[in-house]
Amino acid sequence: MATVASTTPTAPARRSRPGGRLRGSALGIVAWLAGLVFVAPLLWMVLTSFHSEADAATNPPSVTAPLTLDSYREFFGLTGGASPWPAMINSMTASVVSTLLTLLLAVPAAYALSIRPVKKWTDVLFFFLSTKMLPLVAGLLPIYLFAKNTGLLDNIWALVILYTAMNLPIAVWMMQSFLAEVPVAIIEAAQIDGAKLPTVLGRVVAPIALPGIAATALICFIFSWNELLFARVLTGVVAETAPVFLTGFITSQGLFLAKVCAASLVISLPVLAAGFAAQDKLVQGLSLGAVK
Amino acid sequence: MTLTKTARPAAAPPRAAAPPPNRMRAWATRAPLLPALIFMIVVTQLPFVATLVISFLDWNALYPDDRSFAGFANYGEVLSDPALRKSIWTTILLTVTVVLISLLLGLLLALLLDRRFRGRAAVRTMLIAPFLLVPVAAALLWKHVLFNPEYGLFNGILHAIGGDGAAQPDWISEMPLMAVEASLIWQWTPFMMLILLAGLQSRDPQLIEAARMDGASDWQVFVHITLPHLRRYLELGVLLGSIYIVQNFDAVFTITSGGLGTANLPYTIYQTFYQAHENGLASAAGVIVVIGSIILATFALRVVSSLFREEVSR
Repeated sequence: MATVASTTPTAPARRSRPGGRLRGSALGIVAWLAGLVFVAPLLWMVLTSFHSEADAATNPPSVTAPLTLDSYREFFGLTGGASPWPAMINSMTASVVSTLLTLLLAVPAAYALSIRPVKKWTDVLFFFLSTKMLPLVAGLLPIYLFAKNTGLLDNIWALVILYTAMNLPIAVWMMQSFLAEVPVAIIEAAQIDGAKLPTVLGRVVAPIALPGIAATALICFIFSWNELLFARVLTGVVAETAPVFLTGFITSQGLFLAKVCAASLVISLPVLAAGFAAQDKLVQGLSLGAVK
Repeated sequence: MTLTKTARPAAAPPRAAAPPPNRMRAWATRAPLLPALIFMIVVTQLPFVATLVISFLDWNALYPDDRSFAGFANYGEVLSDPALRKSIWTTILLTVTVVLISLLLGLLLALLLDRRFRGRAAVRTMLIAPFLLVPVAAALLWKHVLFNPEYGLFNGILHAIGGDGAAQPDWISEMPLMAVEASLIWQWTPFMMLILLAGLQSRDPQLIEAARMDGASDWQVFVHITLPHLRRYLELGVLLGSIYIVQNFDAVFTITSGGLGTANLPYTIYQTFYQAHENGLASAAGVIVVIGSIILATFALRVVSSLFREEVSR
């Protein structure tokens, strides 16, 4: 901004500068306020999770009440309640395994859509995208009936398969755009030098595509971890996932605000971590690769 | 059946008389694509076909022997049953409200974040945070921690400001749909902001500089350069937001459990087959959601493809 002012001595530009700077810092403050308003419910949740149940349920709110880890102790079942670990482990299994499976299917597919493209590769790419736009809920009943008749109800592997299908279009789109960034000239040069395909993939393509693969994996992980509808319908006591565990808090149970907050935060922690790690590629994943 | 289906889009050989080695190479090129394609069709397309078939059956899971062909009776019932009809309307209202308000807020935030100021990265992180809460957790936060009439934060703040005589509304019973919408807007505004911010940052800075040199005001730059450039990003935000929010189940399930007139189509489908065991009816409702989504998706695909072609031709 300052450099612009010094290099453009035209009258209108100079006139707008002093007011512009003042307005600029005012808008900066507005942006900070907006950010604080948006994050406030989350911060309040963090604070409440460290309060005792009695302090969490006061009106007006007790902001400066003493902090305690009681609700976390209760959430983890240290005081005798149900342990969240089976549900967390189920979620971890479903998310991690389905993410690996998604990559296993998506990386070769993306290769055939970018580096060594099949004919009409854009049509295939758009076929993948169109499957993502159909609501999964419409296939819920046949999937439920199928799972019931094949003994896959309350089995975490049913969710692994579904989550893989749910994320595959996003993964193919993201991977396609990352692999398309690998310059063909480098690959050809390596091949002329006599490198075989595995070497080309490992030494040339992988180093360039790896950050993209990592971001894709994180986004698939988030979507799988968050999923509720299928987990709710297809799992019971054994294969219950973390979001299904959270639905146990839907009806109020006396004083339980601090515990709800602790539970919600602990279960959201993997998503928060993965989301901030993938921050820069988040838009690309969410917009199905349309926005870079 | 699935195999012939998968072979078609990938194969489509315009030169059938190609010599064998060439065809071998073509299949070698296609091979890496096939597992993903076959998997996708089996897991996501076959269930839709099944739903379509079931939607023409009179089938209650509690009376499995009374299964019979019903023609369009289920569709008639979905479209005439007041509760089901209302859920179609609720879905539209919920989606439109959430998408438009988050888009507007997202645009304002993106414009604020497009400027340089101290702590911009921190503010961006704070704004993304609501999106990175597990949806059920976010809904629980709004339901219990913010909206609770006795000790929720909103009434707590009203009490702290207004004293003992302050209004203490029971938010969820008095404005159930708005309660669901508020939580969704909070979570989806960051999504809109991220897309629009990406749009703003892809503007041509030289074009804006040139306009400024010619004496264009900020408002003129916004209306004549920024908005036209953002148009497709706005469209993309609306369409993708709609596709995600039409399918929303978590917030409705958690905050109101579909009560108080907030049941949208996904919730109704869930309830119709999971609790009422009306398989035929649930499938007909499912097909209606699919038709709505196809209409949305057609527009969405067009926007994505125009952004995509621009990217490829660059």
